[in-house]
Amino acid sequence: MNVPTMAEMMAQGKQPEVLFWVGCAGSFDDRAKKITKAFVKILNKANVEFAVLGTEESCTGDPAKRSGNEFLFQMQAMANIEVLNAYEVKRIVTACPHCFNTIKNEYPELGGNYEVVHHTQLLKELLDSGRMTIEGGQFKGKKITFHDPCYLGRANAVYEAPRELIRKLDVELVEMKKCKVNGLCCGAGGAQMFKDAEKGTKEVNVLRTEGALEVKPEIIATGCPFCNTMMTDGIKNKEKEAEVEVLDIAEMIAAAEDL
Amino acid sequence: MEYIPNILFSLLLVVGVGFFVKNCVRLKRNINLGKAIDRADHKKERWAAMIRIALGQSKMVKRPVAGILHIVVYLGFIIINIEVLEIILDGVLGTHRIFSPMGSAYYFLIGAFEILALLVLVSVIIFWLRRNVIRLKRFWSKEMTSWPKNDGNIILYFEMVLMSLFLIMNAADSSFQEANMGNPISQWLYPLFSGNSAAVLHTIERTTWWLHICGILAFLNYLYYSKHLHILLAFPNTFYANLEKPGKFPNNPVVTKEVQTMMDPNADPYAAPAEPEGEPEKFGASDVQDLNWVQLLNAYSCTECGRCTSVCPANQTGKELSPRAIMMKTRDRLEEVGKNIDTNNGTFKEDGKQLLNDYIKPEELWACTSCNACVEECPISIDPLSIIMDMRQYLVMEESAAPQELNSMMSNIENNGAPWPYNQMDRLNWKEE
Repeated sequence: MNVPTMAEMMAQGKQPEVLFWVGCAGSFDDRAKKITKAFVKILNKANVEFAVLGTEESCTGDPAKRSGNEFLFQMQAMANIEVLNAYEVKRIVTACPHCFNTIKNEYPELGGNYEVVHHTQLLKELLDSGRMTIEGGQFKGKKITFHDPCYLGRANAVYEAPRELIRKLDVELVEMKKCKVNGLCCGAGGAQMFKDAEKGTKEVNVLRTEGALEVKPEIIATGCPFCNTMMTDGIKNKEKEAEVEVLDIAEMIAAAEDL
Repeated sequence: MEYIPNILFSLLLVVGVGFFVKNCVRLKRNINLGKAIDRADHKKERWAAMIRIALGQSKMVKRPVAGILHIVVYLGFIIINIEVLEIILDGVLGTHRIFSPMGSAYYFLIGAFEILALLVLVSVIIFWLRRNVIRLKRFWSKEMTSWPKNDGNIILYFEMVLMSLFLIMNAADSSFQEANMGNPISQWLYPLFSGNSAAVLHTIERTTWWLHICGILAFLNYLYYSKHLHILLAFPNTFYANLEKPGKFPNNPVVTKEVQTMMDPNADPYAAPAEPEGEPEKFGASDVQDLNWVQLLNAYSCTECGRCTSVCPANQTGKELSPRAIMMKTRDRLEEVGKNIDTNNGTFKEDGKQLLNDYIKPEELWACTSCNACVEECPISIDPLSIIMDMRQYLVMEESAAPQELNSMMSNIENNGAPWPYNQMDRLNWKEE
C-alpha cells in the first residue's frame, strides 16, 4: 500500500491530483480503517496520485458544530484551512460524508476553497474516464440495498454516484421504502454518534435496519463510516449477522477486484 | 330607511377588515422581534421557489391523497373568492348580483364556483374524516390535543358551513334558478326550497347571503389566532426560505472574528481588547428574540400538518422531539412575548420565562440527528432544524450544558484533534496495521 503524505510530496516538489481526507473515523475506528485501506488500494491500482495529511490532519469540527460549539468548530476549521492552504490543496476526496459536507459547504466562508468530492464520486469519475474497471466478481447477482447517508444525500443531493457504482457490480440493487431524498437517518448524525440516545421506545439504527431488512438484502451498502457502524449494530441487534453484511462501496469494489 | 342594510353592511366590512389589518400589524411587529438576516438576495430564485412551492403546491403532492385534496380546497378557495367581490359590491350598493349583466360569462363563472364549492365541501369532509374517524397518526400526537386539535376541526367546520351557505344562497334565489344558468349544483337543491312562498324564499336567500359574508369576515379574523394563517404566510415563507445546501449550517461571524484574532501571529498579545460596542453578543438562542425573523415567520406559517414529525427519526423512535412541536412552541412563546409588549405600552417586561426550558426542553434538542428530513418534508419550506441548532448553541456556548458524553467528545477534539481520545500523532497508524 502506497500512502504518501503531503509533507513527503512537497519535499519531492510534487503536487498530488487529490488530497485524501481520511477523517477521524477513517483513521482511528477499526471498522472504518478497513474502508480507508480498501479505498487506498483502489487509488493505488488506478494509479491516482494522491496524498494524505497524516499527522497534520485534525477533526473538521463537524461534531462540535452540530453539538452547538461554534467556537471549537471554527478553531478546528481555521487550523485545518491553514494547513490545506499552505499545501495549496485544490481538490479533496473523503470517504466520510460529514467531513465532505463540512469542508465543501462550511469551509469556504472561512477561507478554505477546495473542490470536494465524496469517494463514490471520485470512483465513478475513475470508472467513467477508464482509469478503473469494475467487475461483479463475488457480488454478481447478489441482492444489495444502499443506505443514503443524510449528509451525502439530502444535504448535498449526491444520490446517483454510489448507485451507479453498485450497479456496475452486476448485482440486483433494491431500494428501501425510504431512500434518496426520503432516506431515514441511521441515528448517528448531529453528534448522536458520541452520546447515548435520549429516552425513547427504540434506537434509530434499529428502525433503519428494519427498513433495510424489509427488502431482504444480502448486503447493505453504505458510504459513511458512521452509517456503517450504526447499520452493523442494527444487524447485530436483529441477529442477522449470518445473512446480511454491511459494507462500504469502496470495500465492495476492492473485494470484487481482489485487492 | 332603505339604506340601513347598506350602512350596516359597510360598517361590518370596515370593522371586519379593520380588525384583521390591526392583527396583521401586530403579526408584522412580532415577526420583526427576530434578529436581522439577509434574505433579499437571489430574487429570481426566490420568486421561482415561491411560485413552485407555494403557488404551485409542488411539495404537497408528495403525499398524493392529502396533496390532491388540498389543491382542490386551495383552488376552490382562491377562485370562489372572486365571488366575494360581487358580494361586497352588492352589499355596499344595495344591488343584487351586480355582475349578472355580463351574461353568459357571469353564469359560467357562477357555475364554476358551484362545482368548486361542492368539490371543496367533499374534500373538507374527507379531511375531517382523516382527522377524526381514520385518526391519522400525525393528527393525534401529544402536541395535537386541546386547542391545536380543535383549531384543525374549527377550520374544517368553517369551510363546510361557508360552502353550504353559498350553495343554499344560490338555491334559494328564485330568479337565479328560473334563469336556470350557472346553477349546476344548486338546481338540485332548488326543489327543497321551491315549495315555499316567494317571501320565505327571499328570507332564506337573504339570511344565507348575510351569514355567508359574516362567516367570511369571521374566518378572516380567525386566521391570526389559528394555524390557518398559512394560507397567507406560505407565500412569504417560501420566498424567504434558506436557499443554501441543507447541510450548510451558518458560520457565526462574531466567532470568526474572535478565532481569527486568536490565530493571528501578528496580533499583539498585550494589546488591550477593543471596547465592545453595545451589549456583548449572545451566542445561540434561548428565547424568541434570539431567533431571526425568518425563523419567527416560519413559526407563524406552520399549519401543524405534522409531516415533519412523521419523518423525524427521533420522533419515530419515541423520543421527546417533534419538529412540529418546536414550531408550535416557538409561536406560542412569540405570542406570549407579543401580548406582554401590548400590555406594557410597547416594551417587553421581563416575565421570568423563555423559550428554552419553559417551552422547549433540552431533551428535545439533544435528540435531533440533524438529518434534515423535517426540512425536506415541509410543504412550505419551514426549517425547524435551524431553531434546534441555535438553541443547542446557546446551551453549549452560554450555559456549558451539553450532555456529558458530548463534553468529553469536544474536549477530545480540543486536545487531540479527534472526537475520541486518540493521539493525533497516531493518525496514520492504519497504514502499517
